[in-house]
Amino acid sequence: MGDRMPRKEDGRFVRGRGKYVDDLQLPGMLHSAILRSPFAHAKINGIDVSAALEHPKVRTVITGKDLEEQGLAWMPTIAGDTQAVLATDKVRFQGQEVAFVVADDRYSAQDALELIEVDYEPLPVIVDTPKALDADAPIIRDDKAEQANNVIFEWEHGDKEATERAFQEADVTVRQEMIYPRVHPAPMETCGAVADYDVSTGKMTLWVTSQAPHAHRTLAAIVTGLSEHQIRVISPDIGGGFGNKVPIYPGYVCVAVASLVLHRPVKWMESRAENLMSTSFARDYHMVGEIAANKDGNILGIRVDVLSDHGAFNAHAQPGDIWPMGFFAIFPSCYDAPAAYAEATGVYSNKAPGGIAYRCSFRVTEAIYLMERTMDVLADELGMDPVELRRRNLIPAEKQPYESVMGWTYDGGDYHAALDEALRIADYQALLEEQKEAREQGTIMGIGISTFTEIVGAGPKEKCHIAGLKMFDSAELRVHPTGKAVLKIGVQSQGQGHETTFAQIVAGELGIPAEDVEVHHGDTDHTPYGLGTYGSRSTPVGGAAAAVVSRKIRAKAKKIAAHLLEAAEDDLEWVDGGFQVKGSSSQRKEMDEIAFAAYTNMPPDQEAGLEGVAYYDPPEMTYPFGAYVCVVEIDKGTGQVEVKRFIAVDDCGVRINPMIVEGQIHGGLAQGIGTALMEVIQFDEEGNHLNSNFMDYLIPTSMEVPKEWETGVTVTPSTHHPLGARGVAESPTVGSPAAVVNAVVDALSPYGVRHVDMPLTPAKIWGILRENGVEPF
Amino acid sequence: MRIQVNVNGESREAEVEPRLLLVHFIRDTLGLTGTHWGCDTSNCGACTVHLDGEPVKSCTVLAVRANGHDVTTIEGISSGADLSLLQQGFSKEHGLQCGFCTPGMIMTATALLKSTPRPSEDEIREAISGNLCRCTGYQYIIRSIEWAARQGAPTQVEVMP
Repeated sequence: MGDRMPRKEDGRFVRGRGKYVDDLQLPGMLHSAILRSPFAHAKINGIDVSAALEHPKVRTVITGKDLEEQGLAWMPTIAGDTQAVLATDKVRFQGQEVAFVVADDRYSAQDALELIEVDYEPLPVIVDTPKALDADAPIIRDDKAEQANNVIFEWEHGDKEATERAFQEADVTVRQEMIYPRVHPAPMETCGAVADYDVSTGKMTLWVTSQAPHAHRTLAAIVTGLSEHQIRVISPDIGGGFGNKVPIYPGYVCVAVASLVLHRPVKWMESRAENLMSTSFARDYHMVGEIAANKDGNILGIRVDVLSDHGAFNAHAQPGDIWPMGFFAIFPSCYDAPAAYAEATGVYSNKAPGGIAYRCSFRVTEAIYLMERTMDVLADELGMDPVELRRRNLIPAEKQPYESVMGWTYDGGDYHAALDEALRIADYQALLEEQKEAREQGTIMGIGISTFTEIVGAGPKEKCHIAGLKMFDSAELRVHPTGKAVLKIGVQSQGQGHETTFAQIVAGELGIPAEDVEVHHGDTDHTPYGLGTYGSRSTPVGGAAAAVVSRKIRAKAKKIAAHLLEAAEDDLEWVDGGFQVKGSSSQRKEMDEIAFAAYTNMPPDQEAGLEGVAYYDPPEMTYPFGAYVCVVEIDKGTGQVEVKRFIAVDDCGVRINPMIVEGQIHGGLAQGIGTALMEVIQFDEEGNHLNSNFMDYLIPTSMEVPKEWETGVTVTPSTHHPLGARGVAESPTVGSPAAVVNAVVDALSPYGVRHVDMPLTPAKIWGILRENGVEPF
Repeated sequence: MRIQVNVNGESREAEVEPRLLLVHFIRDTLGLTGTHWGCDTSNCGACTVHLDGEPVKSCTVLAVRANGHDVTTIEGISSGADLSLLQQGFSKEHGLQCGFCTPGMIMTATALLKSTPRPSEDEIREAISGNLCRCTGYQYIIRSIEWAARQGAPTQVEVMP
């Protein structure tokens, strides 16, 4: 534990021997392609697949009507809604799945798509979210009898009256509208699946780009009617997830059906355009933030209103329909707020379904962005330094574990220390000087701050579930006679390095070197039931299970050691990876001797073997936190924002592998910069997707990130986690967009700018500069 | 059309459609799945291979164009249990997480170090600007390449027998 250990999984990846879903080649495997709707909203009056069926290389074509006969045209979503697998009555977003072609090779499958004729009757389109609530808006989900409009849910949380009073009593109130635009996780590997139904055994094997293989297996059993023990889901190597690979996509269902029908393996792998157009997007929140404060800047109340756009099907992947807004209620964050209230409405629109939690632990990035932007507006209103405003409001460390008015109990945190450390690394005073000089020279420089707490590690059984499944996680550990071990876990890496970090956990608990612990994950036939990896839950829940099972093994090992040393258990102590008689280092047994004895010389009253399994139900969420400083410079001629420095101090409690933590933070910061400056999914008024490829949907390259990610650390152990650890990989995407936007607004504040919506593209900033008479040179 | 391509030092022949992309020839026809396919518009670079020693995006090259030419893929970068300096560097300096962009990055970096054995940080940054990574934030990728350069980059690509 705590070692910057190089990763055990690297060997196969640097050699190009990773096994991703598209690398799978099975004997007799067929390929597929999906016909997608060109219209954002249209009735389907008929589909003619006869020409496609005559293509010599086409094996079958499946339509919504075919699936309807099997009751499979619609499937449940994790959010408790339904989603069309293949369209039957209507298409509801551009890119929606309409027909599924299976052919001998992928090129022929694509060719066959052009042979399918669909008779569409276009309908009016809703892509401008507020218009979904218009009285004359077309009802998008008219497939649901009870749906009289486009509202999915209405939600509120907090104390409305107390917050109302705070606003009445306040010396100062501010209100800021802001949009968190639709973006896409865009992992480098797109989504896909291979289904192989073995008619001789009745077993269905599904290789899927899935962040949650066990949950997908259970859902597959429920949806298809196949027995769960006859389904094997394998998540092989996954090329990035970020939440994009949590939902079940129509392509997965279609390959399973095709394989069931054809008795051959069938592969579906989407293109990048399909990934960006049809898989789960993120964000698309239209928000209003209000803070009420006294004249010293102390927060009296926070009030928030959100319009949440979920596209054509509510396919969010938050822990249960009880959390339609995820953990958005964390928005008071690291501030000592006596009153807070939030209202939200979720609506349908003619866009791709979602929204998933893209590396943000269930809408926390939206919450923190709203809070941090509104704090800066408050600072501006008060004429106060944004750092000072935060200092006055950060929850003091003595109040931990902190009981938030929104019902969370934070597990420790010293927010002032994190802020101080970030300012120290940034040399904040020097930055302010630098900015003063820069302005005198006519350079547009900005400094932005973001302080936040995250909420990760879903979650306690009283509070969280995914489609009814409680969100525990699991670990199964077996130590072999020669002292090596195998750990099987229920979480699922998509690049987070679990094969290394989980081995390090076992090494820390049992003294078995991490090199000697093999970690298995992703195969539902061979791993204990877990809920997968998203929302930074692997370390908080899966890591805890690994620690707990290691301690179970250690307890058994103690009995064996007592037997070998002919001593009482109470006379033994655990020192440096072995048991010894207290005070006598010569009377000692190492872990590998104990392991051997577990199979050759067991205590009389004990079973052979040295193994155990643990299912861990976390008592609470964990609350990693951070303080970020962003420095930007704006090019007067082009409006381009350059991130010159980014300082990130993160506290995730005890760090299992600091090198891996840093890598995760760097990656999240890059995604945050992408969101703030470059990324957006837009539609024209007919619902045509304008950013369906990497020429139009811009993600950061090596040129758009600062030369160095200046990371810092504070360590405040979690009060309840067995290792004192929290999740961390999503903190950077949660905290960074606000830091970047705050910096840009700060840069433009001499021109009276108080807010600009993301993405802060060169065109947008150029417009602001020209409007304010700033000369390009 | 019948084509013959020297892939990683070995002559490979196949009957292909004229429209077959080199990336699919490598992955599907030859079964060399280390080269990855990540986009439709030749932006991401996950498909980077060497064509006659020069890095190219194999999604934007037709297989028939490689007829009679040399192609090197990630599988040709190392021999047996040994790893090239770049491959070692990526592990030592944590230049990969999910691994999907990694073969493309290593192919680009291998070509860079061949032409510029001691690149500056800016030169590295620009050389990999055609390879997208969503996981690492790029800094440790650059450190990985710098590490390999410091060890003395190989002047020729090692080819699998």
